[in-house]
Amino acid sequence: MSAFSIRTKGLTKRFGTFVAVDGIDVEVKRGEIYGFLGANGAGKTTAMRMLCGLLVPTSGEGQVAGFDILRETAKIRTRIGYMSQKFALYPDLTLRENLKLSTDLYAIPRKLVAERMDEAIMRCEITEMLGRVTGTLPWGWQQRLSLACATAHHPEILFLDEPTGSVDPLSRRGFWDLIRAEAARGTTIFVTTHYMDEAEYCHRACFLVDGRVADVGAPPELKARHGVESLQDVFLAVAAKARRS
Amino acid sequence: MDALSLEDLHHDHAGERALRGLSFAVPEGVLFGLIGADGAGKSTLFQILSTLLDPKQGKARVLGFDTVTESDKIRPLIGYMPQRFSLYQDLSVQENLEFAADIVGIAGKAAKPILDELIGFARLDGARTRPAGKLSGGMKQKLALCCALVRKPRLLLLDEPTVGVDPVTRRDFWDMLKLLKSQGTTTIVSTPYMDEASLCDEVALIHHGEILAKGSPAALGASLPGRLWKLHGATSLHVRTDATAPTPLLSLYVTGGDLHALAPQECTTESVMASVSSLGLTVTQAHPIEPTIEDVLMRFLQARSAA
Repeated sequence: MSAFSIRTKGLTKRFGTFVAVDGIDVEVKRGEIYGFLGANGAGKTTAMRMLCGLLVPTSGEGQVAGFDILRETAKIRTRIGYMSQKFALYPDLTLRENLKLSTDLYAIPRKLVAERMDEAIMRCEITEMLGRVTGTLPWGWQQRLSLACATAHHPEILFLDEPTGSVDPLSRRGFWDLIRAEAARGTTIFVTTHYMDEAEYCHRACFLVDGRVADVGAPPELKARHGVESLQDVFLAVAAKARRS
Repeated sequence: MDALSLEDLHHDHAGERALRGLSFAVPEGVLFGLIGADGAGKSTLFQILSTLLDPKQGKARVLGFDTVTESDKIRPLIGYMPQRFSLYQDLSVQENLEFAADIVGIAGKAAKPILDELIGFARLDGARTRPAGKLSGGMKQKLALCCALVRKPRLLLLDEPTVGVDPVTRRDFWDMLKLLKSQGTTTIVSTPYMDEASLCDEVALIHHGEILAKGSPAALGASLPGRLWKLHGATSLHVRTDATAPTPLLSLYVTGGDLHALAPQECTTESVMASVSSLGLTVTQAHPIEPTIEDVLMRFLQARSAA
């Protein structure tokens, strides 16, 4: 098995004359928390959609969970989990019903469903509220349910697309406690965020500017390289060179 | 005069209590931040202040006028930027501004210098003819701000204007707010970004419809019990945000790549480090730091969840 969960070479996406993603090389190690950062319009979402097999690259190549992003997208989709702050939950269903639905969507074999559901329920700490209607619960519960839905099939890679949004700092820390535990059991975490303090939780962070990789490294290494104290300042330093807005 | 004053303001949404007795005032001329997460009640408060919603109980006055009985006097004096995207996607930047001006009775020749000034102010010159739907997230927010500024309001109400906007554009946006303040505009702005709180003259921390604390960022920082320590070089960030017993530490949590510990005043560097290591964490250095608004909010939230 490869030491890398994600590997791309010259990954490019053009829309007409606009080059949204311009030849990026990305290597994400197994079990790594990898932050994918950049200004609005830098190409983050486009790149992430290509990695998830939702968008066909114009050129370049890549493997995700060991499969080719051009030819094996169906295999990739069962080996990744995806969650975003825009919950893909049905507010009218109970927590248990939402989780059951996601086990179908991620094609968990029928005989494993009950066991995987129980495991995800324990791990994401949602036991007490299983019978409650999802839309009536506070953010923290919905977030833990989302995580259970995105990980019950034990994906090799979890994609977090701006996972926390407008949430209080205590709930955000609680969520990251769970994400760190997820990484510690070997799941690779690929996360986009606009909160630079969240980016500090990443093992490595990659800054995308105008569709290209402007810098990548561990947070302490990035800060030292740019002679600044925080990733917020690293962001300001690398994004200052952006041409498109 | 007070830009706004609230007396025991209550409101419900579908049986849920959105506001639970807010009472505070904000003087004119300040840049005031309403800091809190989704569901804290920020948008409900903005809707009441902009006279779009009548409170279930209590009173709100804006620039001296009652929001229920004198809404017609308030409306010409305020500029309100709602949280939801309020622009017409198919109209260009210029057309959106012309429309916003038209609604408030500024049209034709009178509008031109005002709109030109706003476009310059927001640095949208290059995008004048671009449809609003094709703007980047940050440019959309700048345009929405300009629409709220068309009638030169005395009070600007901005509901989470920078959510989802990247750090560079957020900084530009706050530069615009500072400039407006220097021109005498009062601004009430809500945000979930704790770092933006430090850019305000005064802030209120709002959580589940209640004000937890209010004051200048410095005064709120000084209100923390004990002293805040930053711990460097943690080999692991595996700390449950709530577990500090049986050490004397009041709280311990991850902030960015470091740990923050709140400790009683008498604790020394050695005793703080000893406490942390007794919790199974290794750190290389500890030094006292000035608390940020995020540290203050963490303290209040932890105290609540413990209660």
